[in-house]
Amino acid sequence: MSYWRMPLDAVRREIVLGKVNIISHRCKGCRYCIEFCPSNTLAESEDFNEKGYHPPYVKSDAKCVNCNYCETICPEFAIFVTELEPRNLLPEDVVKTQSRSRRRTRRE
Amino acid sequence: MSSKAVRTGAHFMSGDEACAEGGMAAGCSFFAGYPITPATEVAERMSIRLPQVGGVYIQMEDEIASMAAIIGASCAGAKAMTSTSGPGFSLMMENIGLAAMLEVPCVVVNIQRGGPSTGLPTLVGQQDVMQCRWGSHGDYEVIALSPDSPQEAFELTIEAFNLSEKYRTPVVLLSDEVVGHMTEKVIIPDSKKIKTVSRKLPKKKPENFIPYAHEEDDVPPMAIAGEGYHVHATGLTHDELGYPAINADAQERLVQRLIRKIRNHVEEIIRTEDAFLDDAEIILVSYGCSARAAREVVETARADGMKIGMIRLITVWPFCERKISELAALERVKKFVVCEINAGQIAYEVERCAGGKAETILAGFMGGRIFTPEELYRVVREAAE
Amino acid sequence: MKIRFIDAEAPPASRIFENLAAGHGDHPLDRYLKKGRIPHIWCSGCGNGILLAAFVKAMEKGNFDTKKTVVVSGIGCIGRAAGYLDLDTYHTTHGRAIPFATGLKLANPKLNVVVISGDGDLFAIGGNHFIHAARRNVDITVICSNNFNYGMTGGQGGPTTPLESKTTTTPYGCSEHPFNLVYLAKASGAVYVARWTALHTHELRDSIIHSVNKPGFCFVEAITPCPTAHGRRNKLGDGLSMMKSYRDNSVLTTELDPEETAIGLKGKIAVGEFVDIDKPTFMDMYDECAICRANAPKKSKKS
Repeated sequence: MSYWRMPLDAVRREIVLGKVNIISHRCKGCRYCIEFCPSNTLAESEDFNEKGYHPPYVKSDAKCVNCNYCETICPEFAIFVTELEPRNLLPEDVVKTQSRSRRRTRRE
Repeated sequence: MSSKAVRTGAHFMSGDEACAEGGMAAGCSFFAGYPITPATEVAERMSIRLPQVGGVYIQMEDEIASMAAIIGASCAGAKAMTSTSGPGFSLMMENIGLAAMLEVPCVVVNIQRGGPSTGLPTLVGQQDVMQCRWGSHGDYEVIALSPDSPQEAFELTIEAFNLSEKYRTPVVLLSDEVVGHMTEKVIIPDSKKIKTVSRKLPKKKPENFIPYAHEEDDVPPMAIAGEGYHVHATGLTHDELGYPAINADAQERLVQRLIRKIRNHVEEIIRTEDAFLDDAEIILVSYGCSARAAREVVETARADGMKIGMIRLITVWPFCERKISELAALERVKKFVVCEINAGQIAYEVERCAGGKAETILAGFMGGRIFTPEELYRVVREAAE
Repeated sequence: MKIRFIDAEAPPASRIFENLAAGHGDHPLDRYLKKGRIPHIWCSGCGNGILLAAFVKAMEKGNFDTKKTVVVSGIGCIGRAAGYLDLDTYHTTHGRAIPFATGLKLANPKLNVVVISGDGDLFAIGGNHFIHAARRNVDITVICSNNFNYGMTGGQGGPTTPLESKTTTTPYGCSEHPFNLVYLAKASGAVYVARWTALHTHELRDSIIHSVNKPGFCFVEAITPCPTAHGRRNKLGDGLSMMKSYRDNSVLTTELDPEETAIGLKGKIAVGEFVDIDKPTFMDMYDECAICRANAPKKSKKS
């Protein structure tokens, strides 16, 4: 049983998208951006940077929504987000919201 | 012409008050201090006078904060001063070093009292001379002026501001309780006749400005806060850009320049009052309140036919090394008698500069009163025998 | 005395200016930082970088006048923050940032003066200056990076080190009661008091903007992880696990009395804005009491 449906004004709704830019040589490998990204966009790479840390990389199925949190949580000024063209709301997004909501209810 | 800042005319005032008036006449617009006997009157006078010209008087929580506040105010472009005595002077040492390192002009008035520690709050001493020179850690040069009368306290406070602005360095007015509390006639001249100096400001645009670039006189122009120069000033050893540079090269360049900017200009800075040096065999060296007794002794001894001369240090630091060593090298100069209210501080300097070519005698005591001309005369007499 | 200083070999000008030549990096916030100064000196996982980023973000969002904003810092890890910002910045002596800032502000009231310093600097050696600046209500903003120990010197116990906490100088556990900075700031008379952790980047940024724009003595405490010194000795894990513990333990509250916001080694951390009141600043009162009265026309004597 689901209470979620496609909003009636879905055509006027947009999903903001961002592109994560990583300045790898500045990274000191604290992993804050990876851990605290709300859309789970980043992962730790296998490669070393010149300081010997593993900088993050953007996952192939990244869903960055330009929230900018990685930019503010990075202590090294090594990561920033640029805004992309927003896209329209799709039925999958609604499904995803639904599943996310279920997850949250379970956790509580 | 009299103005709000310069009270032209003849006054009857104490050395402390004259010192405050000197600050006002020099253009001081910020005073931070903490009450301490016998320097409180400087602060009290400033608390009346500064609001009259729109300046700021603030009583800080201690002398450490007072010193930090005047450095901050000076960085914002104000001419700033503080006043204190021995115990407070000890607390100020930390930030006097900061002022030397950041090259911030400011004036510290020290009305010396007897020490060590709390010592003699209401009675005189001249025991802070070496502390004034070496008190803060690390190598730096200091300028210190010592007045012997309220009139001179007024004039030398102006001079102290001028030197500090010219050389971007803290300057100490090394007065003492007797001069501070002595009330005499002080003549404040026409404001137009008072020469004031302001610091060199950058001529270049912010994007081309190098804050600590080496200038010919080793004194770089000073960018003040809020003018768009975006200067970083740090107490760490820094390079020409002002960025911290923790290495021997940067240390050598910076500290050598800080020392050079004073040492290369000692001839312009040093002022002494000399008398009868042309034929003197015994030379009395003194400064501050002690010079008043010395002057009388020289007159009496001359009248008695003694070949005595006198040097009064107006600039205590930098010390008049060349003058002493040149005099010591003369065949006729036999002895230097240094009279100071301490266990020997300037006497060490005189002895060092005399280099064994003339004997140095210290006429000193531990403070609490001034020399009487009679007792000083006895020392001179013994020296002559 | 003949002086012969051993000549210092002047490094090529290019080396001194290589920082400038390097210019800004690609990061959009780099334009608020001095050229060529990143990477900074702080350890991996240190919260100071986050606080610096929050300040830079506040400059951007709050549209601070970079010509009139001045940052003063004391000594310690976070003391280096001033040197990275492309503003007029002063790195002063240990504990003396607040009186230095007081002088700057009073000599030129047009400046926006911000003190960024650490818990040891502001509350141990500089504790007296803090309470007095707050009492006078000098119009400055004080941002404290509180990492519960002296990081720069290797992790000694300090005025905020929680009871039982291990540091290099409290090897058996700290036996001193720590300061509760929020309570101290309020009691001393600060007009704005907020506490956030390094995780609350947006709140931190907004508190900084609010503080800089608000007249009077404002205090923002930022709880920052020090994984190298404090975290390691107290088995709090690396920076990431310290940050996770902030996430799990932070309690947002505006209701709580500042007296009840003390922080222990583990356990809840009350965050939020605790004080936001209006009070005339030092300069307001000085203008009214001193300058106006000193320059008031003298009353004519009664005939």
